[in-house]
Amino acid sequence: MKKMILLGLLMCCNILVLQAQERPQVFEGAEILPISGEPILNGVLIIQNGKITAVGAAGSVTIPRNADRHDASGKVIMPGLVDTHSHIGEGDGGDRSSSMHPDVRILDTIDPRSKTFNKAMAGGVTTANIMPGSGLLISGQTVYVKTRPANTIEEMVVVVDEETGIFGGLKMANGTNPLRAGGTPGTRAKSAALVRAHYLKAQDYKRKIEEADGDQEKMPARDLEMETLVEVLEGKRIVHNHTHRHDDILTAIRLSKEFGYRLVLQHVSEAWKVADEIAEAGVLGVSIIGLDSPGGKMEAIGIRDKNGMMLEEAGADVAYHTDDPIVDSRFFLRMAALGVREGMSRDRALEALTLAGARMMDLDHRVGSLEAGKDADFLILSGDPFSVYTHVEQTWIDGEKAWDRSDPEDRKYAIGGYDIFRFSSNHSHHEGN
Amino acid sequence: MSFPVRVLCASLLAVGLVMVSADRSDAQIAVKGETVYTVSGNPIQNGVVLIKDGKIENVGRANRVRIPDNYEVFEARVVTPGLIDARSVVGLAGYYNQAHDQDQLETSSAVQPELRAFDSYNAREFLVEYLREMGMTTLHTGHGPGAVISGQTMIVKTKGTTVDQAVIDETTMLSITLGSSVRNNFSSPGTRSKTVAVLRQELIKAQDYAKKRAEGETNGLDLKSELLADLLDGKVKAMVLAHTAHDIMTALRIQREFGFPMVLEGAAEAYLVIDEIKEAGVPVIIHPPMIRPFGEAKNSSFETAAKLHEAGIPVAFQSGYEGYVPKTRVVRYEAAIAAANGLGMENALHSITLGAAGILGIDNRVGSIERGKDADIVLFDGDPFEYLTNVERVIIDGEVVYSKE
Repeated sequence: MKKMILLGLLMCCNILVLQAQERPQVFEGAEILPISGEPILNGVLIIQNGKITAVGAAGSVTIPRNADRHDASGKVIMPGLVDTHSHIGEGDGGDRSSSMHPDVRILDTIDPRSKTFNKAMAGGVTTANIMPGSGLLISGQTVYVKTRPANTIEEMVVVVDEETGIFGGLKMANGTNPLRAGGTPGTRAKSAALVRAHYLKAQDYKRKIEEADGDQEKMPARDLEMETLVEVLEGKRIVHNHTHRHDDILTAIRLSKEFGYRLVLQHVSEAWKVADEIAEAGVLGVSIIGLDSPGGKMEAIGIRDKNGMMLEEAGADVAYHTDDPIVDSRFFLRMAALGVREGMSRDRALEALTLAGARMMDLDHRVGSLEAGKDADFLILSGDPFSVYTHVEQTWIDGEKAWDRSDPEDRKYAIGGYDIFRFSSNHSHHEGN
Repeated sequence: MSFPVRVLCASLLAVGLVMVSADRSDAQIAVKGETVYTVSGNPIQNGVVLIKDGKIENVGRANRVRIPDNYEVFEARVVTPGLIDARSVVGLAGYYNQAHDQDQLETSSAVQPELRAFDSYNAREFLVEYLREMGMTTLHTGHGPGAVISGQTMIVKTKGTTVDQAVIDETTMLSITLGSSVRNNFSSPGTRSKTVAVLRQELIKAQDYAKKRAEGETNGLDLKSELLADLLDGKVKAMVLAHTAHDIMTALRIQREFGFPMVLEGAAEAYLVIDEIKEAGVPVIIHPPMIRPFGEAKNSSFETAAKLHEAGIPVAFQSGYEGYVPKTRVVRYEAAIAAANGLGMENALHSITLGAAGILGIDNRVGSIERGKDADIVLFDGDPFEYLTNVERVIIDGEVVYSKE
């Protein structure tokens, strides 16, 4: 695994070498929403070699003499959107042979040429946590990617920490999706018992590693499942836990506290019922989805657009996610806008689409805001991000224009039409693949 | 369709209710809007709508319409007619999505035009209330797609606690499905060709029945033939789901053969056969623009509504028939996406008010703010299609049925 990551890093380095001669690019005149700071009405954004080199008000930023200058007046520039829960890439996860597959990596199954990435870019998504489904208690390892055009998944992967080589989280689920009529688990209590037993085993495995103290003779036999769970126990790998009902949310929190893992609650349909408990629990984050109506499944009858507002008021860190294709990536901005309508503050809603999500993937040092030194991932919008009439005009990733609405080929992915979306399969997200 | 006695009774009941409530509160209503979209005419800046006894009494500029002293006055930035969902299954389909609240598709037989929507409409369904609070005041709802003929549809207002209080047209259309979805629910028909053969055979039998009926030789006991004869006689319309271009062409072919009144629904690939649809003079109740681009809808486009409108084809929007989450879509939201993708705000508003009413044959009652029409009015704090806009009040038949806060 590390070898592969190293290869990936080498490729990135190559790109950087190629870009070493690149001239700075300057975007002027737009309203800039840096997220990490106040909106800048007449802003300047400078990027070079895939990174942001400066952001500020016109006049306060020195524009390099050799820069390519882009007039963005009348536009809005904001960071590329960070989607904390997506199923783009047409990958899959664990199978029905077991209810827990911490060894499974979705990375190994993603089609980098999938048109779902074009669709995501059309919606402004530049970083995504691609997850296996929710039909299992542990369906596998997730992968953090940039949605940019690529031939190999290695070119898309974002490594959280070069030392550990970790590039994703662990997908877990509770509630009804992992239940099997007449099978195991058949109840919520059994689900929790199975998860506890597996983590207890992992604690034991971790203890053996620690007792070996570097002595290869004393090391336990390699076990991919246990190795992954040890990363979770050590806080290096974040758990992304699908959960809807208020009591299931609290169960997810209870298990995370017992084993001390870092938890992002995912979906959290009934967050509004336990917003204070969630905030007090000190979970790493709460990643919520918005749907156009409640219902469709029993667990989701309690979903409300006021979740964002309630969690914000309670003091929790809130992100939004698409769960694409449950909500199409092209409606990601819209989802947060509906949260604003129900009382969430505009600033927090924008953060929930960007920097908050980055924090929930340990990627806030690289993406989620427009700050010098961060990856040059940003959107040029035709207007207010929360207006229905606004379109994403350009999506830039790592300093490259990756999607451009004015290009007829690219525009297709924003609109749809004949033979644009040829997916290999429909999404069986709740089935567990 | 001829006006059945039951509808008359229901209407009388409804009028009775309105009168009772009017007596109770003794309040008629005046709605003042910074912009009043009458839809039948140009938007009125600083407009006033007067509502009396459940009907629109008057509408016009504030300086032309005097508000009587005893009228309760509501103000809003934007005032529109009540919004119309031109194709839904809400009320037959409930939000739990469990067997006990899913009555939109009967699978005992693939051809059952005799199934009446109003026998299974749950006026207390949560989704009805949910849609009402979104500004939807009229639903064309009923049996869903998935059978050759799955059953009837009807039109309701999103009010009342019983179907009798809600219904405004008992039998509006027959839901017919072409394409690949029928085979998922029935062992036969299992192909497109067989679906069409089954449908044609039923209609040919019905031609014979209709002839006998006209000659007084039928006894009314054959419910299925009665309905199919009603279709052939133009008393009910066919609403044909056809997503792909070739299924749409099949729908037009059958319509030409039998000459029944028809509305296309779904129509994901309508943009490929615009000339043909226009020539047939068939309106389209287009799929929700936010439909997931999978299966038969994989080629759907946000711009289809705009293209159909541009070609002069009447277009309305549907909430569709979701099998998972979200359990219903919201036509106001769906039209918004079309508005932002070429259709434009006012055309989009027309398509979910007067345009939809025209396609459904109820434009004499609803769909615009005109004197004498039902007082179905929505008060917004901004452009109805903007994400940040709130519905402040919903008025149906002159009664405030929703107030925010």
